[in-house]
Amino acid sequence: MTTTISRPAAPAAPPAARRRSGFTAMKRSKWRAIVLLLAPFLALYVLAYAIPLCYAVYESFFTEKRSGLGFGAPERVFAGFGNYVKALGMPEFTSGVWRVLLLGVVQVPLMLVIALLLALAIDALANRFAAFMRLVSFLPYAVPGVIAAILWAFLYLGGTSPFVRALQPLGVNLDFLSGGTILWSMANIITWTWTGYNMIIIYSALKAVPRELYEAASMDGAGPIRTAWSIKIPLVAPALTLTGVFSIIGTVQLYNEPMLLRPFSPAIDANYTPNMTVQNVAFSLNDYGLAAAMAVLLALGTAVLSFGFMRLSGAMTARKAAN
Amino acid sequence: MRSTVNKFLLRGVLLLGAVYFLLPIWWLIVSATKSSTQLFGSPPLWFAGGFSLFDNIRDILTTQDGLFGRWLLNTFLYAGVGAAGATLFSAAAGYVLAKYEFRGREAIFVAILASVLLPAALLVIPLYLLFSQLGIINTIWAVLIPSVVSPFGVFLSRIYAKDSISDDLIAAARVDGAGDLRIFFTISLRIMSPALITVFLFSFVGIWNNFFLPMVTLTDNSLWPVTLGLYFLNSQPSQMNYNLVITGALLSTIPLIAAFFGLQKFWRADLSAGAMKM
Repeated sequence: MTTTISRPAAPAAPPAARRRSGFTAMKRSKWRAIVLLLAPFLALYVLAYAIPLCYAVYESFFTEKRSGLGFGAPERVFAGFGNYVKALGMPEFTSGVWRVLLLGVVQVPLMLVIALLLALAIDALANRFAAFMRLVSFLPYAVPGVIAAILWAFLYLGGTSPFVRALQPLGVNLDFLSGGTILWSMANIITWTWTGYNMIIIYSALKAVPRELYEAASMDGAGPIRTAWSIKIPLVAPALTLTGVFSIIGTVQLYNEPMLLRPFSPAIDANYTPNMTVQNVAFSLNDYGLAAAMAVLLALGTAVLSFGFMRLSGAMTARKAAN
Repeated sequence: MRSTVNKFLLRGVLLLGAVYFLLPIWWLIVSATKSSTQLFGSPPLWFAGGFSLFDNIRDILTTQDGLFGRWLLNTFLYAGVGAAGATLFSAAAGYVLAKYEFRGREAIFVAILASVLLPAALLVIPLYLLFSQLGIINTIWAVLIPSVVSPFGVFLSRIYAKDSISDDLIAAARVDGAGDLRIFFTISLRIMSPALITVFLFSFVGIWNNFFLPMVTLTDNSLWPVTLGLYFLNSQPSQMNYNLVITGALLSTIPLIAAFFGLQKFWRADLSAGAMKM
């Protein structure tokens, strides 16, 4: 693959032409690299992302119509926004959407605040105990999500739960799996799994802050809390934004935890979260058009939430910087 | 004086945090040593008399003709091959998007990045229909093909290549007569190795955790990854097999923890933090 191979073998060419042919050989080598290195990814990207996306959008505008008595093969007809209207009017879908939104509004800020405080503490201590904390809090991320859900299911389940058993003699009967508590029990699983991961991202951003900034602040008489609030937090704001966006995307897609807790909790039905509803509509009702419309709505909602969050945190950082 | 009190308070709070993070894992280890009856009769956070770990391991590995072992191997295959592919493809794409200028480069990059926002439900169901038509539904390809595409891997590789590979180095290699492909495979890939390890590890975890995709695309239980298998075992709660589920959960967690902490010195979490600089 060297350039010499493609260089023309005419030795008598004038210098200018030779330089040019060297130039074209270089250009050819460049283009070959661009195509050969980018093509495999792009081809697979088209297969696994672009085509399914277009397919889903296309599918969302069609519906299957059965003839009056339900005999004969169903007929595919263009439905316009019919599937979208139907999806938005289905309580099974909308209640799932509200549920994940409620979960996200409470769980995401809580988790990010804990991750931020943990990162600040580990950064401030900077000793062996801090290194231990960094390792320990990241450990849950290395536990597969499905396993984490199974694990916590047993920790919630009356017969095997240390919490339930510890509080029973005191007359407190905890039920982590009832209709009123199950959502927050899942919030806990997500917090347990992801806090350390988010902490690591925030902590890395903190590490990148030049130490002189802190020295300057302490010369000006700022205490550790003041320094954290006015210098460290604004500087890690982009990391917080990133972790926030990832958390929002993850929450909207809640699937593993409710699926795994379902056998243990009657409060979880087949439409508990939007992802579960989409699967249920597609494979139990065989209504791909409706399922696709729901999925498209979810994608749009995720995009709006993510961009809204980015703008909000951008505006907040800007205001903070102005003060 | 006040600052010493504060320091103790801080350590106390952190220690509580450590207990929170470790407790479930401790429970898992302890419970894997119990028989199914001991699970309910003994203190949840301490060992019961008798040590049934090896019995449990033998039981989970032999139940249904050793299906669990098969699931573990499948997961290793999906996660290993998938992560290797994801790393290579995203490194190559990220490198091109960082180091070459051509029309449409930014558009391609934005399209790749935006796909991070797509919910799994949006992709998995059309993939099911698509793979059914291609005749690869219920084969390993139905899991492997989507697994090797990692938009976030491209993102990380691009940032890293941009920051770490100097244009002068590439120019110098060209002067020495190296073609662009050779420069990538012999020079750039080596420089990008911290990014490669990071992408590999995070893809490995991502694929190991994969649940929705195999749930929809694989009906043959001999092709299942361990997550799906455990879900299946777990979804029929007869208290008789709780010890199997728990031991299986422990066995399928150990490789990931080992990978993360074994490669601790090499992977770079700050790469994703650097992502915000763009």
